Amino acid sequence: MKRFIGFVKKEFYHIFRDKRSLFILFGMPIAQILLFGFAITNEINNVDIAILDHSKDATTKEIINKISASHYFSINQIIEKESDIEPIFKKGKVKAVLSFEKDFSKKLITQNHSNIQVITDATDPNTANTISNYVNAILQIYLKEQNKNHTSAYQIIAQTRMVYNPELKSVYMFVPGVMTMILMLVSAMMTSISITREKELGTMEILLVSPIKPFQVVIGKVFPYIFLSIINAITIILLSLFIFKMPIQGSLFLLGLESVLFIITSLALGILISTISATQQTAMMISLMGLMLPVILLSGFIFPITSMPVPMQIISNIIPAKWFIIIIKGIMLKGVGLQFIWKETLILLIMTTFFIGLSIKKYKIRLE
Amino acid sequence: MGLKVNNISKSFKKVNALEQVTFHIKPGELFGLIGPDGAGKTTLFRILTTLLIADKGSATVAGYDVLKDYKSIRNNVGYMPGKFSLYQDLTIEENLTFFATIFGTTIEENYNLIEDIYVQIEPFKNRRAGKLSGGMKQKLALCCALIHKPKVLFLDEPTTGVDPVSRKEFWDMLKRLQTKGITMLVSTPYMDEAALCDRIALIQEGKILEIDTPKSIVKHYPKPIYNVTANNTYKVITSLNMYPFNHSVYPFGEHVHYTDKRDSFNIKELHNYLEQNGLKNITIQKTKATIEDTFMELAR
Repeated sequence: MKRFIGFVKKEFYHIFRDKRSLFILFGMPIAQILLFGFAITNEINNVDIAILDHSKDATTKEIINKISASHYFSINQIIEKESDIEPIFKKGKVKAVLSFEKDFSKKLITQNHSNIQVITDATDPNTANTISNYVNAILQIYLKEQNKNHTSAYQIIAQTRMVYNPELKSVYMFVPGVMTMILMLVSAMMTSISITREKELGTMEILLVSPIKPFQVVIGKVFPYIFLSIINAITIILLSLFIFKMPIQGSLFLLGLESVLFIITSLALGILISTISATQQTAMMISLMGLMLPVILLSGFIFPITSMPVPMQIISNIIPAKWFIIIIKGIMLKGVGLQFIWKETLILLIMTTFFIGLSIKKYKIRLE
Repeated sequence: MGLKVNNISKSFKKVNALEQVTFHIKPGELFGLIGPDGAGKTTLFRILTTLLIADKGSATVAGYDVLKDYKSIRNNVGYMPGKFSLYQDLTIEENLTFFATIFGTTIEENYNLIEDIYVQIEPFKNRRAGKLSGGMKQKLALCCALIHKPKVLFLDEPTTGVDPVSRKEFWDMLKRLQTKGITMLVSTPYMDEAALCDRIALIQEGKILEIDTPKSIVKHYPKPIYNVTANNTYKVITSLNMYPFNHSVYPFGEHVHYTDKRDSFNIKELHNYLEQNGLKNITIQKTKATIEDTFMELAR
C-alpha cells in the first residue's frame, strides 16, 4: 500500500509540474463547452436574403414585410432581374433569394394559387434547409391570417410540440457530446501518454526491475486521472447549468455514477492503447484517430445514428461513447432513472471488463 | 550467490545479439564487460535483469534463476540502465524517496550505503533531475539503484558521456561499494576503466573473446608489440600500412602500435623503411600490450 501511495504521489508531481498539459487538461473542457455552446449552432438568426419581385403588388409587399419583420431574416438587397441571382450568390452576400412570379396577387385571386421561388445557397445544406423551412412557415402563417374569415372545407393542422428541449437549443445536444468527448480524451489519451512516457524515457525498465507489480503501476497511473476526470465532469455540468441554463431532469447521483463508469471505460481503453504503442507520439495518434474521431462522427454526438448507412450503424455499436451519450441524454434531458438505461449501462460495464481483461493480458512484465 | 551465465544465446530477427555466452562472477567481485557499441552488452544486462528472455541457455543471479525466480531477482538487484532513466521533472530528493518507497524501504534505513555518494549531490537535493550535469545524474542514478541494498548491482555503461573527473570519482565509489560486499557487473566501452575491474570479459558481436584479470588478459597477446613514433604520426600510419610485413597497425594517441608478421623482426629494417618514406625523429621501442591491444588482436 505504501508503494502504491508513493507511486500515486509521483504521478501527481508529474501532472502538476507539466504546466502545459495541466492547462490543456482543465482549459480544454471549458473552451470546448463554450465553443460548442455559443459558436456552433443550428439555429439561424438575421440571415441576409435578397428579393426579386416581378409583380410588386400589395400581396407581395405584405409578405416581404412579414419576412423582414421576423428576426430570422434581414433583407440585404432588392434585385430586378433573374440574371442578378447568380452574381450575388457568388459574392456570398446573401444566403437565399425569394423570387415572386409575375401578377402574384391576380393569380392568387383568379387561379387560387401563385408561386414563390425560394433559392438557397446550399453550400451549407443545414442552413439552406432551415431557411426554406422558415420561409414556408412564415408563408403558412400569412395564409392562415388571410383565410381567417372564410374557412375552407377541410384543413389538417399539425400541432408540433418539442418535448425535452422545447426551444430546440443546440447546446442541449452538445453538452452530453462534449462531456463524453472530454472524459474520453482526458482519460484515455492522458493515461496512454503517461504510461508510454515511462517506456520512452526508460524508467519503465527500472520499474520492471523492482518489486512493484505491473498492476500497481497501471492502477497508480490511472488513479490520478479518475480524480481529474471527475473534476472535469463536474466543471462541465456546472458550466451547462449556470451558463447555458440547461436543466438536469434526472438524478445527479446517477449521472455521477454513470460518469465514473464511463471514465473507467476510457481509462481501460487508455491502458490498452499504451500496451500496443511504444512512444508517446503513437499513443497520442491512436487516441486521437482511434477515439476522438469515432466519438465525434459515430456516437450520435453530432450526426444522428439513425440516418447513417446500415454498416455504420452496426459499427457505432462498438463505440462506448454511443452508449454513454444515450445514458446522459436520458438522465439530463428526459430525467429517466436506471430502469430505462440499465441496458446501456450493462453494455458499458461489459465493454469495460473486456478492455481491462485484454490490457491485463497484453501488459508486458518484460521488455518484449 | 554471485552470478552464473551458461551458454546464453539471443537473437533479434536475424541478428545474433549473443552467442553462447558463458561466465561466472564470484560473490563480491567487480566484473567488467568490455566491448564496443553493439557488442551485445545491453542485451546481456537485460537478460540478467529479467527484462528479456534468452533464446537458449540459463543464468542465475544471486542464486535465483532468471526465468523462474524473476520476481526474487527484481527484489534483490539494483539496475542502472545505460540511458539516464530517472524522472527528470522530479527533484533529487523526490527521485530517491520514490525509489526507496517502491522498494519498500526508506532513505534513512540504508543511508550508510549511499552516504559517500549522496553527500556530493545533497546540496542540490531540491533541483530537478533534468537540470543536473551528466556526472551528477550518474551519481543520483547510482544512489537510486543502491537505495534498497541490492545483492547484485548491474551498471550498464555508467560512465558514458561523463567527464573524466566524474568518471574517476564514479569508479572510486564502485571500489568503495565493493568493500560492502555488493557483487557488481559493469559494462564499459572504455579500455582504461577495464583495468579497475577484478576480472574482465572482452565481448564482441555477441561472443566472449576472453575472460581474465586485467593484468593477465594482456598475456594472451601473442606477439611482441613495438611503439613507433616520428615527426608525422599520420604518415607513420600510412607508411606502416604499406609495409608488406605488418601484422597490425593501431594508433594510440601520439604513438603507433606495430606488430610484425615475421618471427625474426629487425627494428633497423623498419627504421630504414620509415626513413625512406621521408620520416624524421623515428623511435621504435618494444612495449607491453595493453587491454586495448589485446581486444583488437582478439577481435581481428
